[in-house]
Amino acid sequence: MKNIFGWLGHKTLGILQELGSIMLLFLHALSWILRPPFRMRLLFRQMEFIGVNSLFVVVLTSLFTGMVLALQTYYAFRMFGAETLVGATVALSMTRELGPVITGLMVTGRAGSAICAEIGTMRVTEQVDALTVMAINPVQYLVLPRIVAGFIMLPLLTIVSDVMGILGGYLVGVQLLDIHGGMFMNKIYEYVELADVYNGLVKASVFGVILTLVGCYKGFYTRGGAEGVGRSTTQAVVMSCVLILISDYFLTALMF
Amino acid sequence: MDQGRYIVRIQGLTKSFGPHTVLEGLELDLEKDRVNIIIGRSGGGKSVLIKHIIGLLKPDKGSIMVRGQNIVPMSERELAGIRRDFGMLFQEAALFDSLNVAENVAFPLHEHTSKGYKEIDEVVQAKLAAVGLQGMGHKMPAELSGGMRKRVGLARALALDPKIVLFDEPTSGLDPVMAATINDLILRTRKEFGATCIVISHDINATMKIADNIFMLYQGRIIAQGSPGEIQESSDPVVRQFIRGEAAGPIQIN
Ligand SMILES: Nc1ncnc2c1ncn2[C@@H]1O[C@H](COP(=O)(O)OP(=O)(O)OP(=O)(O)O)[C@@H](O)[C@H]1O
Ligand SMILES: [Mg+2]
Repeated sequence: MKNIFGWLGHKTLGILQELGSIMLLFLHALSWILRPPFRMRLLFRQMEFIGVNSLFVVVLTSLFTGMVLALQTYYAFRMFGAETLVGATVALSMTRELGPVITGLMVTGRAGSAICAEIGTMRVTEQVDALTVMAINPVQYLVLPRIVAGFIMLPLLTIVSDVMGILGGYLVGVQLLDIHGGMFMNKIYEYVELADVYNGLVKASVFGVILTLVGCYKGFYTRGGAEGVGRSTTQAVVMSCVLILISDYFLTALMF
Repeated sequence: MDQGRYIVRIQGLTKSFGPHTVLEGLELDLEKDRVNIIIGRSGGGKSVLIKHIIGLLKPDKGSIMVRGQNIVPMSERELAGIRRDFGMLFQEAALFDSLNVAENVAFPLHEHTSKGYKEIDEVVQAKLAAVGLQGMGHKMPAELSGGMRKRVGLARALALDPKIVLFDEPTSGLDPVMAATINDLILRTRKEFGATCIVISHDINATMKIADNIFMLYQGRIIAQGSPGEIQESSDPVVRQFIRGEAAGPIQIN
């Protein structure tokens, strides 16, 4: 019994300590945000890498999420003759919840892991030290552009995700299940408010910061050669996903 | 104590990694405008020592004076100021593998000078030629051999004509002719730019030829120092065994 509590306490302390270190890295990066040199080229390259290159997977996953949502809600709503609400349900779920979360998780898998592997490799091959020796702050050079890119690109990807999800819902609901197209769209306009979309985009920005920050953090503190890079990459993906889902709950509780 | 004579002064430097003590009360004074060569066993802490000189590692104990300033308590920002006078070649070169050879060498120039692209390109070509790599600028680091990577690292370390250059085994893994070329380059760096060179080397013959001062690191301390002549005449059995490369002697293989 005592052992279990001991173990739990130990784990909790470890997690808190790690979150603390992540916050410190975040603050360190932020302290550079208004200080020259501004590395626009690096920022644009990261925006391309995190945003543009994730477009396809976000489009695909969001489309199918919207489609399956329409399918599921259709069977439920048909029981009390509310089929026309399928569109609004899909749109609300996508904008408030699934758009940002799917985008966050997909970009974590695609870009968060790659960020961690890249910075981790730079760490174990002393490239990070080489930057330091050249009097270039590696946090400013490596971490800041990635965090800012995540902050900017995740909302943009989420807009795409929202649209694709609703499109998926439309395809299944209207084309496949014969819901009246005009009614489908009308209900969306009626029930979905701009605030739903905005709040979803705020979430997306937070997720963008989380997944880039965790990727950078795990990469930055990688030890132990190629094996260490593999280990921290796995940890970065798991940790980002967990933090995204947990923060999603609290953001929802706060905003809606 | 002549402050001007020594560019780096280390006192009581102690560093452990976990239970493993690598440097223990090390004392080292490096002369300005000289080729200072540090020799010692593999795994003896030579790389750890020069990483302390440039502030990449913080000592557990001791002080490290660079040009009369103790760098141990310095913040990263203060250290960045000090580091602008340094160039460093890492043991494994540490090239940026997302950049090609020319971009690697150009990197410190873009960061720390206001030179234009054309001017920088001229410097890059000159530095690459000095290490025998002209025309290789477009290659990626992954396409190079170990010795070529090292030479790119050397060109990058010298790009800004630094006042103090740290070379971690500049000639290991090079063929004899190329090694001689690099040794010449080190001597030229000192003569032409008046740079202080701090070199780690396993090549005893070359060390005897190019060094002004030799320091032998053994069991966490500098156990012998002096000119090549003095080191060669040393009566210390450890030094004798080491520079003659004998298997039998006080140095234990464990
Ligand atoms: N970051 C580190 N963490 C833990 N131990 C380290 C670290 N860096 C070096 N060491 C240990 O310190 C000791 C000295 O290493 P160092 O790289 O300085 O040796 P060296 O003299 O440069 O050897 P070589 O001539 O083979 O390059 C080794 O035992 C090494 O395991
Ligand atoms: Mg070494």
